Amino acid sequence: MRRMSVGRTVCWVLLFVLLIVTLFPFYWMLRTAFSDNTQLPGHPSSLLPVETTLGAFKRVLGLATIEEAQAQGGSGAAVNFWLYLRNSLVVATVTTICQVFFSAMAAYAFARLRWPGRDKVFAVFLAALMVPPIFTTLPNFVLIKNLGLLNSFAGIILPGAFMTPFAIFFLRQFFLGINRELEEAAMIDGAGHRKIFFGLIIPMSAAPIATLAILTYINSWNDYFWPLLVGQQENVRVLTVALGVFRSQTPQGGPDWAGLMAATLIAALPMIILFLAFAKRITNSIGFSGIK
Amino acid sequence: MTATTNAPPTRKRSHGEQAAPPEKRRSLGDLKVAMIFLAPATLGFVVFYIWPTLRGAYLSFTEYSLLSAPKFNGLANYERMVQDSFFWNALVVTVEYVVINIGVQTVLAVAIAMVMYRLTQSITVRAIILAPYLVANVVVALVWYWMLDFQVGIVNQGLGWLGIDPVAFFGDSHWAIPTVAGINVWRHMGYTALLVFAGLQMIPKYVYEAAEVDGSSEWKTFWRITLPLLRPVLVMVLVVTMIGSFQIFDTIAVTTQGGPINATRVIYFYIYERAFTRFDFGYASAMALVLFAILAIVSLVQLRLLRAKESDLA
Repeated sequence: MRRMSVGRTVCWVLLFVLLIVTLFPFYWMLRTAFSDNTQLPGHPSSLLPVETTLGAFKRVLGLATIEEAQAQGGSGAAVNFWLYLRNSLVVATVTTICQVFFSAMAAYAFARLRWPGRDKVFAVFLAALMVPPIFTTLPNFVLIKNLGLLNSFAGIILPGAFMTPFAIFFLRQFFLGINRELEEAAMIDGAGHRKIFFGLIIPMSAAPIATLAILTYINSWNDYFWPLLVGQQENVRVLTVALGVFRSQTPQGGPDWAGLMAATLIAALPMIILFLAFAKRITNSIGFSGIK
Repeated sequence: MTATTNAPPTRKRSHGEQAAPPEKRRSLGDLKVAMIFLAPATLGFVVFYIWPTLRGAYLSFTEYSLLSAPKFNGLANYERMVQDSFFWNALVVTVEYVVINIGVQTVLAVAIAMVMYRLTQSITVRAIILAPYLVANVVVALVWYWMLDFQVGIVNQGLGWLGIDPVAFFGDSHWAIPTVAGINVWRHMGYTALLVFAGLQMIPKYVYEAAEVDGSSEWKTFWRITLPLLRPVLVMVLVVTMIGSFQIFDTIAVTTQGGPINATRVIYFYIYERAFTRFDFGYASAMALVLFAILAIVSLVQLRLLRAKESDLA
């Protein structure tokens, strides 16, 4: 039926162009990060790294002395992306574990338990999806400030730690699909709700829970606005915020492009690895997360 | 797949549950258990969603610098907003951004989804086009900031080969917003295309078979059948992406900072500046409330106009 028509050839070409356009910036980040910053302006369109060196990474990870960094076009300001990497790991990991676990508990109550007013309460939770983040962010900042939690991990993590309406909605959908007879059989065997939740529902929903956890981790890792407001100090500064700071420190005359790209690569790499490991799972979940 | 398609089976299922063998004896016990299971989520919900929503509304009627207690000042913030030319500029710039971003992104996403649907279902292709969506806005912004650099950016090098003068993508007030919009199209088009792709997969094959029997051309089939049947999905995609698009911040914050000459001072960034660099918290809250209202109206209008809940597949 479908032969290799002109139209189809054009479409293949378009698809190929699309893939190039998608991947090229990633390559360019890599190419620049391994370049020597002082040589970079002389070879702006070289496809390979200019004078391949690890200098940019050393600079960004605090392994070069200030003099060395300045000689290579760095700002000379102390940066240490190891620390920010650690901070991002702490924030994303704790947020993900807490959020997914507490959301799963709530989803269990909404999907598997019968109690008066259940659907109404669920509707109220869902309605919160409508409120734009900026609107709750301002008062949340005031709250965190009043609690004395500015520039602490707790301040960065707390608002996202308990739930998001999306996470509850997402898990509830899967919990609803689990066969009730299994649960009843377990109850006849004398299992309580705690046992059913931990021993039956969670293991049976391992796949959607893992998917949600990956998505939550990525979102939390990439978040910029909230950590920018609450976590400005070195000791709790996460990678995204550090990138913004690093960018504003690079001298305007000849910015430290190699250093900046090395830093973005460090910030993006864990997500790229996570993505390579779970590409199929993440990709397949996209149709579902359209609700977001 | 999306809310439109998910909601009905969900509701049906939960009704089915209630119709299951009655266990009245257990219903009160379940309430107690439910309260325990819901406790952490409810705590977070009340403290970080409900309470700030109410407090934000209240703060919008106050003068508040974060240092002393908020002082009630009635509608003063709103009166000020009407006269604030920066506010109106921010709205205009935001709308310009949203129109370019959503327009280009939606057309491209539908095109990409169609091409993928007809040519390849490959998970690798799908994964690659999704990749930009999974790195942080800040990373995306910086990579493009570098690629679009006036002097040594690769894009201007490419333009040079084509004999085109270099463009100050971020420095020229005419180009700044289209540039930021383009960057975010790059980040989001694959994600949006996958949403549309999911919608395409839900259109039953027999519809196409019927069209083919009738001798409908490919182009005609797309406009007469695919697009109308895709409408519910498209509406959801539009509502979701548009709400997201109104809240552009990260890209602006690490590239132009609102410049040149206010050309990219979008509403979200203006609210941020008012609140956190001028400590004008009451006024910022009032603007956030207005943004909230705009978003609510936009999504309502979209849903109404496009009759989202009805499908043409009767």
